[in-house]
Amino acid sequence: MIELLAVEGLAKTFTLHLHGGRKLAVVAGVSFVVGPGECVVLGGPSGVGKSSILKIVYGNYAADAGRIWLADGSRVLDIATAGPADIVAARRRTMGYVSQFLRVIPRVSALDIVAAAARDAGLEAPAARARAEHLLERLHLPRALWPLPPATFSGGEQQRVNIARGFVGEHRLLILDEPTASLDAANRDAVVDLIDERRSQGAGFLAIFHDEDVRARVAARIVDVSAFSQREAA
Amino acid sequence: MSAPLLAVEGLSKRFGATHACRSISFELEEGEALAVVGESGSGKTTLLHMIAGLLPADSGTVLYRNRDGVSRELGIMSEGERRALMRTQWGFVHQDAARGLRMNVSAGGNIGERLMALGERHYGRIRASAQDWLERVEIPANRLDDSPQTYSGGMRQRLQIARNLVTAPRLVFMDEPTGGLDVSVQARLLDLMRGLIAEMGLAVVLVTHDLAVARLLSNRILVMKQGEVIESGLTDRVLDDPQAPYTQLLVSSVLAA
Repeated sequence: MIELLAVEGLAKTFTLHLHGGRKLAVVAGVSFVVGPGECVVLGGPSGVGKSSILKIVYGNYAADAGRIWLADGSRVLDIATAGPADIVAARRRTMGYVSQFLRVIPRVSALDIVAAAARDAGLEAPAARARAEHLLERLHLPRALWPLPPATFSGGEQQRVNIARGFVGEHRLLILDEPTASLDAANRDAVVDLIDERRSQGAGFLAIFHDEDVRARVAARIVDVSAFSQREAA
Repeated sequence: MSAPLLAVEGLSKRFGATHACRSISFELEEGEALAVVGESGSGKTTLLHMIAGLLPADSGTVLYRNRDGVSRELGIMSEGERRALMRTQWGFVHQDAARGLRMNVSAGGNIGERLMALGERHYGRIRASAQDWLERVEIPANRLDDSPQTYSGGMRQRLQIARNLVTAPRLVFMDEPTGGLDVSVQARLLDLMRGLIAEMGLAVVLVTHDLAVARLLSNRILVMKQGEVIESGLTDRVLDDPQAPYTQLLVSSVLAA
Protein backbone atom coordinates (compact mmCIF):
# COMPACT_ATOMS: atom_id res chain seq x y z
CA MET A 1 0.00 0.00 0.00
CA ILE A 2 1.27 3.47 -0.85
CA GLU A 3 1.06 5.65 2.25
CA LEU A 4 2.67 8.74 0.73
CA LEU A 5 5.37 8.31 -1.92
CA ALA A 6 6.98 5.27 -3.50
CA VAL A 7 9.53 5.60 -6.30
CA GLU A 8 10.24 2.43 -8.28
CA GLY A 9 12.90 1.94 -10.92
CA LEU A 10 13.11 5.58 -11.94
CA ALA A 11 15.45 6.42 -14.83
CA LYS A 12 16.38 9.70 -16.49
CA THR A 13 18.46 10.49 -19.56
CA PHE A 14 18.64 13.88 -21.23
CA THR A 15 18.84 13.89 -25.02
CA LEU A 16 20.55 17.06 -26.22
CA HIS A 17 19.17 17.59 -29.72
CA LEU A 18 21.13 20.81 -30.21
CA HIS A 19 24.35 18.91 -29.55
CA GLY A 20 24.10 16.14 -32.08
CA GLY A 21 21.58 14.18 -30.04
CA ARG A 22 24.10 13.46 -27.32
CA LYS A 23 22.63 11.41 -24.51
CA LEU A 24 23.35 12.35 -20.94
CA ALA A 25 22.36 9.52 -18.64
CA VAL A 26 21.61 10.79 -15.14
CA VAL A 27 20.15 8.00 -13.00
CA ALA A 28 18.63 4.55 -13.41
CA GLY A 29 16.89 2.11 -11.11
CA VAL A 30 16.10 4.70 -8.42
CA SER A 31 13.80 3.20 -5.79
CA PHE A 32 12.84 4.49 -2.36
CA VAL A 33 9.83 5.21 -0.18
CA VAL A 34 8.81 8.27 1.83
CA GLY A 35 6.24 7.59 4.52
CA PRO A 36 4.07 10.03 6.49
CA GLY A 37 6.06 11.90 9.13
CA GLU A 38 9.33 10.79 7.58
CA CYS A 39 12.17 12.90 6.21
CA VAL A 40 14.17 11.13 3.52
CA VAL A 41 17.35 12.87 2.43
CA LEU A 42 19.05 12.24 -0.91
CA GLY A 43 22.82 12.01 -0.49
CA GLY A 44 25.84 11.76 -2.78
CA PRO A 45 28.29 14.16 -4.38
CA SER A 46 27.35 17.13 -6.53
CA GLY A 47 26.29 16.22 -10.08
CA VAL A 48 25.10 12.77 -9.10
CA GLY A 49 21.46 13.52 -9.99
CA LYS A 50 19.84 14.44 -6.67
CA SER A 51 18.06 17.59 -7.89
CA SER A 52 16.93 15.80 -11.04
CA ILE A 53 15.20 13.17 -8.89
CA LEU A 54 13.37 15.88 -6.90
CA LYS A 55 12.25 17.54 -10.12
CA ILE A 56 11.01 14.27 -11.58
CA VAL A 57 9.01 13.49 -8.43
CA TYR A 58 7.41 16.94 -8.68
CA GLY A 59 6.60 16.35 -12.37
CA ASN A 60 8.91 19.14 -13.46
CA TYR A 61 11.19 16.77 -15.39
CA ALA A 62 9.91 13.83 -17.41
CA ALA A 63 10.83 10.32 -16.28
CA ASP A 64 12.09 7.91 -18.94
CA ALA A 65 11.23 4.80 -16.96
CA GLY A 66 9.82 3.83 -13.60
CA ARG A 67 6.86 4.68 -11.42
CA ILE A 68 6.32 7.50 -8.94
CA TRP A 69 3.35 6.54 -6.82
CA LEU A 70 1.87 9.42 -4.86
CA ALA A 71 -1.05 9.04 -2.44
CA ASP A 72 -3.09 12.05 -3.54
CA GLY A 73 -6.25 12.27 -1.46
CA SER A 74 -8.22 9.10 -1.99
CA ARG A 75 -6.36 8.08 -5.16
CA VAL A 76 -2.86 6.91 -5.96
CA LEU A 77 -1.32 8.78 -8.87
CA ASP A 78 1.70 7.78 -10.96
CA ILE A 79 3.44 11.11 -11.50
CA ALA A 80 5.62 9.52 -14.21
CA THR A 81 2.60 8.99 -16.47
CA ALA A 82 -0.03 11.38 -15.08
CA GLY A 83 -1.48 14.09 -17.31
CA PRO A 84 -0.97 17.80 -16.63
CA ALA A 85 -4.37 18.32 -14.95
CA ASP A 86 -3.70 15.52 -12.44
CA ILE A 87 -0.25 16.85 -11.63
CA VAL A 88 -1.59 20.38 -11.19
CA ALA A 89 -4.24 19.04 -8.78
CA ALA A 90 -1.66 16.97 -6.88
CA ARG A 91 0.57 20.03 -6.53
CA ARG A 92 -2.31 22.07 -5.21
CA ARG A 93 -3.36 19.69 -2.48
CA THR A 94 -0.60 17.13 -1.87
CA MET A 95 2.92 18.08 -2.83
CA GLY A 96 4.88 21.29 -2.44
CA TYR A 97 8.35 22.17 -3.64
CA VAL A 98 10.99 24.56 -2.34
CA SER A 99 13.58 25.24 -5.02
CA GLN A 100 17.11 26.47 -4.50
CA PHE A 101 16.30 29.86 -5.91
CA LEU A 102 13.32 32.14 -5.66
CA ARG A 103 11.61 32.61 -9.00
CA VAL A 104 8.80 35.16 -8.93
CA ILE A 105 6.91 37.78 -10.87
CA PRO A 106 8.85 41.03 -10.67
CA ARG A 107 7.39 43.86 -8.61
CA VAL A 108 5.17 41.65 -6.43
CA SER A 109 5.75 42.04 -2.69
CA ALA A 110 7.21 39.30 -0.47
CA LEU A 111 4.00 39.05 1.53
CA ASP A 112 1.83 38.82 -1.59
CA ILE A 113 4.05 36.07 -3.02
CA VAL A 114 3.62 33.94 0.09
CA ALA A 115 -0.10 34.72 0.46
CA ALA A 116 -0.68 33.82 -3.21
CA ALA A 117 0.87 30.40 -2.59
CA ALA A 118 -1.48 29.91 0.36
CA ARG A 119 -4.47 30.83 -1.83
CA ASP A 120 -3.27 28.37 -4.49
CA ALA A 121 -3.30 25.72 -1.76
CA GLY A 122 -6.94 26.49 -1.08
CA LEU A 123 -7.00 29.03 1.76
CA GLU A 124 -9.36 32.02 1.67
CA ALA A 125 -7.69 35.41 1.23
CA PRO A 126 -7.73 36.59 4.92
CA ALA A 127 -6.51 33.22 6.22
CA ALA A 128 -3.86 33.09 3.49
CA ARG A 129 -2.54 36.48 4.50
CA ALA A 130 -2.51 35.61 8.21
CA ARG A 131 -0.62 32.40 7.56
CA ALA A 132 1.85 34.16 5.27
CA GLU A 133 2.55 36.73 7.99
CA HIS A 134 2.98 34.02 10.58
CA LEU A 135 5.56 32.18 8.47
CA LEU A 136 7.55 35.27 7.53
CA GLU A 137 7.63 36.11 11.23
CA ARG A 138 8.90 32.66 12.18
CA LEU A 139 11.57 32.88 9.52
CA HIS A 140 12.70 36.22 10.94
CA LEU A 141 12.11 38.23 7.79
CA PRO A 142 12.02 41.87 8.97
CA ARG A 143 8.52 43.36 8.74
CA ALA A 144 9.91 46.33 6.82
CA LEU A 145 10.66 43.96 3.93
CA TRP A 146 7.19 42.41 3.69
CA PRO A 147 5.67 45.02 1.36
CA LEU A 148 8.75 45.02 -0.91
CA PRO A 149 9.47 42.79 -3.89
CA PRO A 150 12.32 40.36 -3.06
CA ALA A 151 14.49 41.21 -6.10
CA THR A 152 16.76 43.41 -3.98
CA PHE A 153 16.81 41.12 -0.91
CA SER A 154 19.93 39.22 0.11
CA GLY A 155 20.26 35.57 -0.90
CA GLY A 156 19.26 34.41 2.58
CA GLU A 157 16.23 36.72 2.71
CA GLN A 158 15.05 35.55 -0.71
CA GLN A 159 15.46 31.97 0.37
CA ARG A 160 13.31 32.57 3.44
CA VAL A 161 10.54 34.00 1.27
CA ASN A 162 10.91 30.87 -0.83
CA ILE A 163 10.67 28.60 2.22
CA ALA A 164 7.64 30.49 3.56
CA ARG A 165 6.00 30.03 0.16
CA GLY A 166 6.69 26.31 0.25
CA PHE A 167 5.43 25.79 3.80
CA VAL A 168 2.38 28.03 3.68
CA GLY A 169 0.06 25.37 2.25
CA GLU A 170 -0.95 22.13 3.91
CA HIS A 171 0.86 19.72 1.62
CA ARG A 172 1.46 16.18 2.88
CA LEU A 173 4.68 15.84 0.88
CA LEU A 174 7.26 18.59 0.77
CA ILE A 175 10.20 18.43 -1.61
CA LEU A 176 13.12 20.59 -0.51
CA ASP A 177 16.17 21.34 -2.65
CA GLU A 178 18.83 22.69 -0.29
CA PRO A 179 16.52 25.10 1.51
CA THR A 180 19.07 26.01 4.18
CA ALA A 181 22.05 26.61 1.86
CA SER A 182 22.26 30.37 2.38
CA LEU A 183 20.84 30.65 5.91
CA ASP A 184 22.49 31.54 9.20
CA ALA A 185 22.24 29.32 12.29
CA ALA A 186 19.12 30.96 13.74
CA ASN A 187 17.22 30.58 10.48
CA ARG A 188 18.44 27.03 9.96
CA ASP A 189 16.94 26.30 13.37
CA ALA A 190 13.68 27.93 12.31
CA VAL A 191 13.56 25.68 9.23
CA VAL A 192 14.34 22.57 11.28
CA ASP A 193 11.50 23.53 13.67
CA LEU A 194 9.11 23.96 10.76
CA ILE A 195 10.08 20.57 9.38
CA ASP A 196 9.66 18.88 12.79
CA GLU A 197 6.31 20.53 13.31
CA ARG A 198 4.98 19.40 9.94
CA ARG A 199 6.36 15.89 10.45
CA SER A 200 4.53 15.60 13.75
CA GLN A 201 1.37 16.48 11.80
CA GLY A 202 2.10 13.61 9.40
CA ALA A 203 3.81 15.36 6.48
CA GLY A 204 6.63 13.53 4.70
CA PHE A 205 9.75 15.18 3.30
CA LEU A 206 12.03 14.39 0.41
CA ALA A 207 15.04 16.66 0.68
CA ILE A 208 18.58 17.56 -0.23
CA PHE A 209 20.67 19.15 2.54
CA HIS A 210 24.36 19.75 2.22
CA ASP A 211 24.45 21.01 5.76
CA GLU A 212 25.59 18.02 7.89
CA ASP A 213 24.09 19.48 11.03
CA VAL A 214 20.61 19.96 9.57
CA ARG A 215 20.78 16.58 7.92
CA ALA A 216 21.62 14.85 11.20
CA ARG A 217 18.76 16.61 12.94
CA VAL A 218 15.95 15.88 10.48
CA ALA A 219 16.86 12.86 8.34
CA ALA A 220 15.11 9.58 9.09
CA ARG A 221 17.01 7.92 6.25
CA ILE A 222 19.60 8.88 3.70
CA VAL A 223 19.29 7.48 0.20
CA ASP A 224 22.70 7.51 -1.49
CA VAL A 225 22.04 8.52 -5.09
CA SER A 226 25.57 7.46 -6.16
CA ALA A 227 24.24 3.91 -6.21
CA PHE A 228 21.87 4.85 -9.05
CA SER A 229 24.02 7.39 -10.81
CA GLN A 230 24.82 6.92 -14.47
CA ARG A 231 27.33 9.75 -14.49
CA GLU A 232 31.02 9.60 -13.86
CA ALA A 233 31.38 11.25 -10.46
CA ALA A 234 33.31 14.48 -10.83
CA MET B 1 -16.91 11.95 -16.48
CA SER B 2 -18.57 14.88 -18.17
CA ALA B 3 -17.33 16.12 -21.53
CA PRO B 4 -14.43 18.59 -21.51
CA LEU B 5 -15.29 22.30 -21.63
CA LEU B 6 -13.70 22.57 -25.05
CA ALA B 7 -12.79 19.75 -27.42
CA VAL B 8 -10.84 20.63 -30.53
CA GLU B 9 -10.61 17.82 -33.06
CA GLY B 10 -8.58 17.73 -36.25
CA LEU B 11 -8.69 21.47 -36.89
CA SER B 12 -7.01 22.43 -40.19
CA LYS B 13 -6.64 25.58 -42.23
CA ARG B 14 -4.80 26.34 -45.44
CA PHE B 15 -3.96 29.70 -46.92
CA GLY B 16 -3.16 28.89 -50.55
CA ALA B 17 -0.37 26.35 -50.47
CA THR B 18 0.48 27.06 -46.83
CA HIS B 19 -0.82 24.79 -44.10
CA ALA B 20 -1.43 27.29 -41.28
CA CYS B 21 -2.82 24.53 -39.05
CA ARG B 22 -2.61 20.81 -39.65
CA SER B 23 -5.12 18.64 -37.83
CA ILE B 24 -4.81 20.16 -34.36
CA SER B 25 -6.58 18.36 -31.52
CA PHE B 26 -6.73 19.07 -27.81
CA GLU B 27 -9.14 19.28 -24.92
CA LEU B 28 -9.55 21.92 -22.26
CA GLU B 29 -11.14 21.37 -18.87
CA GLU B 30 -12.87 23.96 -16.76
CA GLY B 31 -10.40 26.20 -14.93
CA GLU B 32 -7.46 25.06 -17.04
CA ALA B 33 -5.11 27.61 -18.60
CA LEU B 34 -3.52 26.47 -21.85
CA ALA B 35 -0.75 28.39 -23.60
CA VAL B 36 -0.08 27.96 -27.31
CA VAL B 37 3.49 29.00 -28.05
CA GLY B 38 5.59 29.20 -31.18
CA GLU B 39 7.30 31.69 -33.42
CA SER B 40 5.47 33.99 -35.82
CA GLY B 41 4.00 31.98 -38.64
CA SER B 42 3.67 28.82 -36.54
CA GLY B 43 -0.12 28.97 -36.87
CA LYS B 44 -0.94 29.77 -33.27
CA THR B 45 -3.06 32.85 -33.97
CA THR B 46 -4.90 31.09 -36.80
CA LEU B 47 -5.67 28.29 -34.35
CA LEU B 48 -7.00 30.73 -31.76
CA HIS B 49 -9.19 32.52 -34.29
CA MET B 50 -10.68 29.22 -35.48
CA ILE B 51 -11.45 28.07 -31.95
CA ALA B 52 -13.03 31.39 -31.05
CA GLY B 53 -15.18 31.28 -34.17
CA LEU B 54 -13.51 34.29 -35.79
CA LEU B 55 -12.22 32.28 -38.73
CA PRO B 56 -13.86 29.28 -40.41
CA ALA B 57 -11.84 26.06 -40.38
CA ASP B 58 -11.28 24.01 -43.55
CA SER B 59 -11.92 20.85 -41.56
CA GLY B 60 -12.23 19.68 -38.01
CA THR B 61 -14.59 20.49 -35.18
CA VAL B 62 -14.75 22.57 -32.02
CA LEU B 63 -17.13 21.30 -29.34
CA TYR B 64 -18.03 23.62 -26.47
CA ARG B 65 -19.89 22.39 -23.39
CA ASN B 66 -22.59 24.90 -22.58
CA ARG B 67 -23.64 25.94 -19.07
CA ASP B 68 -26.56 23.51 -19.46
CA GLY B 69 -24.03 20.65 -19.80
CA VAL B 70 -24.74 19.99 -23.48
CA SER B 71 -21.79 20.10 -25.88
CA ARG B 72 -22.43 22.02 -29.06
CA GLU B 73 -20.41 22.12 -32.25
CA LEU B 74 -19.28 25.64 -33.01
CA GLY B 75 -19.27 25.19 -36.77
CA ILE B 76 -23.01 24.45 -36.98
CA MET B 77 -24.18 27.21 -34.63
CA SER B 78 -25.93 30.17 -36.14
CA GLU B 79 -24.09 33.48 -36.21
CA GLY B 80 -26.47 34.78 -33.54
CA GLU B 81 -25.79 31.85 -31.23
CA ARG B 82 -22.06 32.30 -31.61
CA ARG B 83 -22.32 36.00 -30.87
CA ALA B 84 -24.40 35.28 -27.77
CA LEU B 85 -21.77 32.82 -26.59
CA MET B 86 -19.07 35.41 -27.16
CA ARG B 87 -21.01 37.96 -25.11
CA THR B 88 -22.02 35.74 -22.22
CA GLN B 89 -19.74 32.76 -21.66
CA TRP B 90 -16.59 33.73 -23.54
CA GLY B 91 -14.13 36.58 -23.53
CA PHE B 92 -11.48 37.62 -26.04
CA VAL B 93 -8.50 39.74 -25.02
CA HIS B 94 -6.77 41.14 -28.10
CA GLN B 95 -3.14 42.19 -28.22
CA ASP B 96 -4.26 45.60 -29.44
CA ALA B 97 -6.71 46.84 -26.81
CA ALA B 98 -8.28 49.18 -29.37
CA ARG B 99 -9.64 46.10 -31.17
CA GLY B 100 -11.34 44.82 -28.05
CA LEU B 101 -12.64 48.18 -26.80
CA ARG B 102 -15.03 50.76 -28.16
CA MET B 103 -12.71 53.71 -28.25
CA ASN B 104 -15.44 56.36 -28.59
CA VAL B 105 -17.33 55.15 -25.51
CA SER B 106 -16.31 55.91 -21.91
CA ALA B 107 -14.46 53.33 -19.83
CA GLY B 108 -17.57 52.77 -17.74
CA GLY B 109 -19.60 52.37 -20.91
CA ASN B 110 -17.15 49.78 -22.22
CA ILE B 111 -17.69 47.65 -19.14
CA GLY B 112 -21.40 48.34 -18.85
CA GLU B 113 -22.10 47.43 -22.46
CA ARG B 114 -21.30 43.78 -21.82
CA LEU B 115 -23.71 43.75 -18.86
CA MET B 116 -26.46 45.40 -20.91
CA ALA B 117 -25.97 42.74 -23.56
CA LEU B 118 -26.88 40.24 -20.83
CA GLY B 119 -30.12 42.10 -20.15
CA GLU B 120 -29.07 44.29 -17.22
CA ARG B 121 -31.01 47.56 -17.46
CA HIS B 122 -30.53 49.11 -14.00
CA TYR B 123 -28.24 52.11 -14.48
CA GLY B 124 -27.11 52.23 -10.84
CA ARG B 125 -26.13 48.58 -10.78
CA ILE B 126 -24.32 48.81 -14.10
CA ARG B 127 -22.37 51.84 -12.92
CA ALA B 128 -21.52 50.22 -9.58
CA SER B 129 -20.35 47.11 -11.35
CA ALA B 130 -18.20 49.13 -13.75
CA GLN B 131 -16.72 51.03 -10.83
CA ASP B 132 -15.98 47.81 -9.00
CA TRP B 133 -14.26 46.32 -12.03
CA LEU B 134 -12.14 49.42 -12.63
CA GLU B 135 -10.89 49.01 -9.08
CA ARG B 136 -10.20 45.32 -9.55
CA VAL B 137 -8.01 46.05 -12.54
CA GLU B 138 -6.33 48.90 -10.66
CA ILE B 139 -7.66 51.83 -12.66
CA PRO B 140 -8.44 54.94 -10.56
CA ALA B 141 -12.20 55.30 -10.03
CA ASN B 142 -12.13 58.92 -11.23
CA ARG B 143 -11.28 57.69 -14.74
CA LEU B 144 -14.66 55.94 -15.10
CA ASP B 145 -16.13 58.56 -17.41
CA ASP B 146 -13.01 59.12 -19.48
CA SER B 147 -12.59 57.72 -22.95
CA PRO B 148 -10.04 54.91 -23.34
CA GLN B 149 -8.37 57.20 -25.89
CA THR B 150 -6.99 59.12 -22.91
CA TYR B 151 -5.65 55.91 -21.31
CA SER B 152 -2.09 54.60 -21.47
CA GLY B 153 -1.43 51.27 -23.21
CA GLY B 154 -1.31 49.37 -19.92
CA MET B 155 -4.56 50.93 -18.70
CA ARG B 156 -6.32 50.15 -21.96
CA GLN B 157 -5.28 46.55 -21.65
CA ARG B 158 -6.59 46.40 -18.08
CA LEU B 159 -9.84 47.99 -19.22
CA GLN B 160 -10.16 45.41 -21.97
CA ILE B 161 -9.71 42.69 -19.35
CA ALA B 162 -12.38 44.26 -17.13
CA ARG B 163 -14.78 44.51 -20.08
CA ASN B 164 -14.26 40.81 -20.75
CA LEU B 165 -14.53 39.58 -17.19
CA VAL B 166 -17.47 41.65 -15.94
CA THR B 167 -19.90 39.04 -17.25
CA ALA B 168 -18.04 36.23 -15.40
CA PRO B 169 -17.20 34.21 -18.52
CA ARG B 170 -16.11 30.58 -18.33
CA LEU B 171 -13.58 30.68 -21.14
CA VAL B 172 -11.28 33.51 -22.15
CA PHE B 173 -9.13 33.64 -25.28
CA MET B 174 -6.02 35.81 -25.11
CA ASP B 175 -3.86 36.83 -28.06
CA GLU B 176 -0.46 38.12 -26.88
CA PRO B 177 -2.12 40.06 -24.02
CA THR B 178 1.11 41.79 -22.97
CA GLY B 179 2.56 41.97 -26.49
CA GLY B 180 2.47 45.66 -27.27
CA LEU B 181 3.14 46.94 -23.76
CA ASP B 182 6.18 48.51 -22.16
CA VAL B 183 8.13 46.05 -20.07
CA SER B 184 7.54 48.31 -17.06
CA VAL B 185 3.81 47.56 -17.04
CA GLN B 186 3.94 43.92 -18.13
CA ALA B 187 4.77 42.44 -14.71
CA ARG B 188 1.85 44.09 -12.87
CA LEU B 189 -0.53 43.13 -15.65
CA LEU B 190 0.64 39.51 -15.58
CA ASP B 191 0.25 39.36 -11.81
CA LEU B 192 -3.23 40.85 -12.12
CA MET B 193 -4.24 38.35 -14.81
CA ARG B 194 -2.83 35.46 -12.83
CA GLY B 195 -4.83 36.47 -9.77
CA LEU B 196 -8.06 36.90 -11.75
CA ILE B 197 -7.69 33.58 -13.59
CA ALA B 198 -7.21 31.75 -10.26
CA GLU B 199 -9.91 33.66 -8.41
CA MET B 200 -12.57 33.27 -11.09
CA GLY B 201 -11.58 29.73 -12.04
CA LEU B 202 -11.36 30.78 -15.70
CA ALA B 203 -10.46 28.44 -18.50
CA VAL B 204 -7.98 30.20 -20.78
CA VAL B 205 -6.50 29.65 -24.20
CA LEU B 206 -3.52 31.98 -24.40
CA VAL B 207 -1.45 32.56 -27.53
CA THR B 208 2.00 33.99 -26.94
CA HIS B 209 5.51 33.86 -28.28
CA ASP B 210 6.81 34.87 -24.85
CA LEU B 211 7.73 31.75 -22.88
CA ALA B 212 7.86 33.70 -19.60
CA VAL B 213 4.24 34.77 -20.07
CA ALA B 214 3.28 31.16 -20.80
CA ARG B 215 5.06 30.03 -17.63
CA LEU B 216 3.29 32.58 -15.47
CA LEU B 217 -0.23 32.19 -16.79
CA SER B 218 -0.66 28.61 -17.96
CA ASN B 219 -0.71 25.09 -16.52
CA ARG B 220 -0.37 23.40 -19.87
CA ILE B 221 1.38 24.25 -23.08
CA LEU B 222 1.22 23.36 -26.77
CA VAL B 223 4.32 24.09 -28.82
CA MET B 224 3.53 24.79 -32.48
CA LYS B 225 5.81 24.77 -35.47
CA GLN B 226 4.72 25.15 -39.09
CA GLY B 227 1.09 24.49 -38.29
CA GLU B 228 1.65 21.42 -36.15
CA VAL B 229 1.75 20.73 -32.43
CA ILE B 230 5.20 19.24 -31.89
CA GLU B 231 5.15 18.98 -28.10
CA SER B 232 2.64 19.41 -25.31
CA GLY B 233 2.42 18.89 -21.58
CA LEU B 234 2.62 20.50 -18.18
CA THR B 235 3.99 24.03 -18.71
CA ASP B 236 7.01 23.85 -16.43
CA ARG B 237 7.86 20.35 -17.64
CA VAL B 238 7.90 21.46 -21.30
CA LEU B 239 9.95 24.58 -20.49
CA ASP B 240 12.42 22.94 -18.07
CA ASP B 241 12.78 19.52 -19.70
CA PRO B 242 11.81 20.02 -23.35
CA GLN B 243 11.83 16.82 -25.39
CA ALA B 244 11.42 17.88 -29.03
CA PRO B 245 14.45 19.35 -30.83
CA TYR B 246 12.52 22.51 -31.77
CA THR B 247 11.30 23.07 -28.19
CA GLN B 248 14.87 22.69 -26.95
CA LEU B 249 15.92 25.32 -29.46
CA LEU B 250 13.11 27.71 -28.44
CA VAL B 251 13.80 27.36 -24.71
CA SER B 252 17.56 27.66 -25.02
CA SER B 253 17.32 30.74 -27.25
CA VAL B 254 15.71 32.96 -24.61
CA LEU B 255 18.05 35.48 -23.07
CA ALA B 256 17.92 35.66 -19.31
CA ALA B 257 18.05 39.33 -18.30
